[in-house]
Amino acid sequence: MPDLAALERLADIVGAGDDSVVVAQVHTDRRSEIQVRPDAVVESLERLRSQGYQHLMSLHGVDYYPEEPRFGVIYELLSFELQDRVTVKVRVPLSDPHVASVTGKWPTASFQEREVFDMFGVVFVGHPDMRRILLPDDYIGHPQRRDFPVGGEPVLFTGNEQRNPGWWK
Amino acid sequence: MEVIRHGKAEAGIGPAAASPHALQPGDKEAFRARQLRARDLLRGELEGDDIEQHVRDSIVTTTLDKAAHWAQGNSIFPLTFGLACCSIEMISLVGARMDMSRFGSEAMRATPRQADMIILAGRVSMKMAPIVRRIYDQMLEPKYAIAMGACSSSMGVFNNYAIVPADKFMPVDVHIPGCPPRPEAVVYGILKLRKMIQDDPTMAWRDRYRAHGTEETKPWSLDELEERAGRAAELEQREQDARA
Amino acid sequence: MSTDDEKRDGPVPEDGEATTGSREHDAPATQGERERGAEIADETDATTPSGIAATAVQERSEREAEWEELAKRYRADEATIDFSSQLGAVATQDETELLTINMGPHHPATHGVLRLLTTLEGEVIRDVKPIIGYLHTGIEKTAEDKAYWKVIPVVERMDYLAYYFNAMAYCGAVEELLGVEVPKRAQYLRVIHLELNRIMSHLVWLGTTMLDLGAISILWYAFRERETVLDLFEYSSGQRMHTRYFQIGGVVEDIPAGWDKKLQRFLDEMPTRLDQYEAMLSKNEIILQRLKNVGVLDAQRLQEWGVTGPLLRAAGVPWDLRKATPYSSYEDFDFKVPVGTIGDNYDRYAVRIAEMRESVKIIQQALNGLPEGPTITEDRKVALPPRHELATSMEALIHHFKLVTEGMRVPEGESYFPIEGPRGELGCFVRSDGSSKPARVHMRDPSFVNLQAFGDMARGEYIADMIATLACLDPLLGGIDR
Repeated sequence: MPDLAALERLADIVGAGDDSVVVAQVHTDRRSEIQVRPDAVVESLERLRSQGYQHLMSLHGVDYYPEEPRFGVIYELLSFELQDRVTVKVRVPLSDPHVASVTGKWPTASFQEREVFDMFGVVFVGHPDMRRILLPDDYIGHPQRRDFPVGGEPVLFTGNEQRNPGWWK
Repeated sequence: MEVIRHGKAEAGIGPAAASPHALQPGDKEAFRARQLRARDLLRGELEGDDIEQHVRDSIVTTTLDKAAHWAQGNSIFPLTFGLACCSIEMISLVGARMDMSRFGSEAMRATPRQADMIILAGRVSMKMAPIVRRIYDQMLEPKYAIAMGACSSSMGVFNNYAIVPADKFMPVDVHIPGCPPRPEAVVYGILKLRKMIQDDPTMAWRDRYRAHGTEETKPWSLDELEERAGRAAELEQREQDARA
Repeated sequence: MSTDDEKRDGPVPEDGEATTGSREHDAPATQGERERGAEIADETDATTPSGIAATAVQERSEREAEWEELAKRYRADEATIDFSSQLGAVATQDETELLTINMGPHHPATHGVLRLLTTLEGEVIRDVKPIIGYLHTGIEKTAEDKAYWKVIPVVERMDYLAYYFNAMAYCGAVEELLGVEVPKRAQYLRVIHLELNRIMSHLVWLGTTMLDLGAISILWYAFRERETVLDLFEYSSGQRMHTRYFQIGGVVEDIPAGWDKKLQRFLDEMPTRLDQYEAMLSKNEIILQRLKNVGVLDAQRLQEWGVTGPLLRAAGVPWDLRKATPYSSYEDFDFKVPVGTIGDNYDRYAVRIAEMRESVKIIQQALNGLPEGPTITEDRKVALPPRHELATSMEALIHHFKLVTEGMRVPEGESYFPIEGPRGELGCFVRSDGSSKPARVHMRDPSFVNLQAFGDMARGEYIADMIATLACLDPLLGGIDR
């Protein structure tokens, strides 16, 4: 994990003179994170790749409900040479959940972007095959969203059926 | 302990008498008599009471159904069908420790057409449930289903949008609790199933959840297909009428 | 059939009812049939006694004539095909007819409920599309609904052969958020169990893979050792699978007395067992021909696909998180990272066998150097107080009550904790919103990512080798679908 100074240097490189690319930097003692604009994610990852962070290890989605912008897509980058990790994050609102796809440069993102689409409904623009991956094709809804019910059935043992409590009467 | 020692003393033939299979004092003579009868039978000299006795000793009479179900219960071939964690415990069932060939179930069949039993080893998801049902339908009678583990029995710890309990979409004969169940528990479940098969040759218990007549077979002619479709439509109509 | 039936169905005399019955049965060979039969008999064969037989004979002769005609046509077709081009390399013939077949989701060789849409040209794979999701369990969603402790048993069921690894990744991520220090003894105990789990996972891989290649007996040998490992798990934690032994901040309890002796016995015999496997497999010509130069994919392409673990090491990249970014005291142990050369199936096999040997070494060192001390953190906000404190200390009782009813509150933040699982990098992402339940738990499962490279591995191979390649990829559908 790069330290604070290194993170700022990386953020400068990612920004490349454009102040609007880097939205925020987060540095805690075990994690450094650069938040970028949703449409600039491919260039940002390219620039980090030139700094040695070549491998996209994981790509996952997060729902920050009720915060806005609501969805986050997180790219965990790894450098084999530096034995180091850095995180890139993108935040998109529910009204416009579109992120540029990185499958062209990082084929490994293919399944993972489909999973994020399946679970959160974030659409990756430029993905060759943007379909559901884990759930059936005709499924309605995106279950990993925070406002999606967990579902399932209440466990009702014999003699333990749910009754109307009626305390409000 | 006292009782056993007393028994030994009574039998008077030493420590082996504690076992129920040990020889009793009169056994030797009876065995000799049987030997002589067998010899006479081969010579063709056995007649009268002796031949009666020989028949009574050496022939077991039973009904054909009982015999057939005895055989069926001792050779339940499971389908090679693993879903999740439980499938690993299902594999260790055929391993050296829980040798399932003791009970005739070691021959896992890869196609549902040759299998007698499907073990739902693991969680059945919403996407998999129609496929599991189809596989069950493809099995030929007599067929049995075991729901192994908490997930396929009752959704287990994953009580959420993705999982379906097996009872909702197919008839299940035996549920085995555990997450995952130990191989011993699976052996016990299979033995339970064997007892059910052997005790009730008509398999009447399977009527309760309408498990009869679920085979998916190839229709022999177009007429038969039409007839089946007609029957299905008729049933549907009747159900609708009942609802209305 | 009841007993009454039995009596009635006893030996029946030759005459009487039985004979009439048989005559009745013959009767439906009716008038009409006979008349029609007679006509045909007149035309074809005067000596045929019965009409039915006559029709049968006629049908047969018609069919034979048809077959002969077909056979003639086939022979004529065969003459036009030039087989010389097909006798050599089938893979390079330019035949254009493609056949798409579906494998799975219920197929004995797909190691679970994987579905493969395979495009074949003759016997050669031109394209493979894995279709997954048949085991989707929504574990990540369920985890959001449970307190931090209660998530551990749920995540353990993701990759069901690497349950200690799942628990380790999750506990590590939460410990990072909490900033909890894990005691040294707990770290060593974790290492021992993780490496035992790695051996167990590789043993199941070995057994099932060799089963797919036709070496059935190795399954029994591999599962014999697996049972020994599971006995150790059961002895230390009470469960064979999904043990929930790792706790946030340490391990649930210390190993029982005598466990180390049992473990030592296993460690002593395991290298000789591995020698036995290798004596059976590594010099077996059939196995070697099935494995060598099959499913080759170079390191460059594997890295593009994000593949890690034994698959990447088999291609010659010595990347192992235990060495690169040590966690849980892996820096204390002396072990080697086995690597292959070209990345074919044989390398994958050899790397895994070598990894089991290295795991035995690590466990031996951890057992010899097992430090004394507590097995779980002293932080009362995270770990339950010991039993004896409950009777004497009011504060301990309150902590116990809070932990059991509500669970711990984890400070806001996100963390990603990667560890080296038996199949590659297993990372757990946890986001906390300050409450007692995680706001998001995500597993970066190695099988899920590695499966993407399968198309590249299998393309251009024979369909039989595709099975071997899939087995050597070692996908676990529980981890893929989660």
